[in-house]
Amino acid sequence: MTDVVETETRVSPPRPDGLRGFASDWASDQRTFKNVSWGKAMMWIFLLSDTFVFGCFLLAYMSARMSTTVPWPNPSEVFALNIGGTEVPLILIAIMTFVLISSSGTMAMAVNFGYRRDRRKTALLMLLTALFGATFVGMQAFEWTKLISEGVRPWGNPWGAPQFGSTFFMITGFHGTHVTIGVIFLIIIARKVWRGDFDTEKRGFFTSRKGHYEIVEITGLYWHFVDLVWVFIFAFFYLW
Amino acid sequence: MTQPATQPAVHTEHQEHPIKLYLVVWGLLFVLSLCSYLVDYVGLHGYLRWSLILLFMILKAGLIVAIFMHMAWERLALIYAIILPPLLVLVFVAMMVSESHYVLLSRMTFFGTGP
Repeated sequence: MTDVVETETRVSPPRPDGLRGFASDWASDQRTFKNVSWGKAMMWIFLLSDTFVFGCFLLAYMSARMSTTVPWPNPSEVFALNIGGTEVPLILIAIMTFVLISSSGTMAMAVNFGYRRDRRKTALLMLLTALFGATFVGMQAFEWTKLISEGVRPWGNPWGAPQFGSTFFMITGFHGTHVTIGVIFLIIIARKVWRGDFDTEKRGFFTSRKGHYEIVEITGLYWHFVDLVWVFIFAFFYLW
Repeated sequence: MTQPATQPAVHTEHQEHPIKLYLVVWGLLFVLSLCSYLVDYVGLHGYLRWSLILLFMILKAGLIVAIFMHMAWERLALIYAIILPPLLVLVFVAMMVSESHYVLLSRMTFFGTGP
């Protein structure tokens, strides 16, 4: 029995890098993700599963668009806004893209300040990120309202293939839901940061585990993923 | 996607990088987004349009995953576990492209509404 205790505390030898390290990390009888905590690893695996969800949505959209005999509505015209008498193509979507990228930038800096244990800056940057996220959802609500008032429905629209509406509402709706959940998640963690929970390692009320600034990075992973999905939606749905 | 360079093996639980790195990546993402918007604004069409859209998309996705999500500094065990499975979606894409062609052909043959 004492042997077991001994191996627990022994300092591990330096791990090989590259493919050799990959093989040895995945070898049996040990934990695979060496310097990644369970929280971070599980967030990554959740994001992987979410990738498949969005991947399937985009695939369904691709199949619908490729197999329809009716022309697909031109997104460049559908999402144009009339500004000062001229139709500017896709302008709202472009602004939404910039807003989301800005929120990713502030989130990355929040993670950085979190690890420097700068409580104030971390919380403020997270709240700024949440604000950008809320702005994004607001603009999306505006976009939905505009399209619905123009007659876009899940079963049809005035410009062409009826599948346009259903794929649009499904994909952007699911993405908007992710952004909304992210905003809530950000506000909850920002409040904890502000209160100093991670400086005192206060235990969480649900998990009763000690709080660490790492949760800021995990929140950041989720948030960057939301931005990442938007990159693909922007490319495939709006620009294609 | 850029694979991580030869980073030293020893890492602590978290990473600290200069703020400047994030600002540079942020700026790059802005430029890339602007470029992909310009593809539509200028009105490029055909293969040039599609290849530019894909190029900017992959560059943006790579920057976000590698720098913002710190994937560039993780060990290969995690990188492969997360990056490789989504690539299998491409197989699904190939299957659905073939299926879509078949559905389109059937629709044109039996409903006669083809272009």
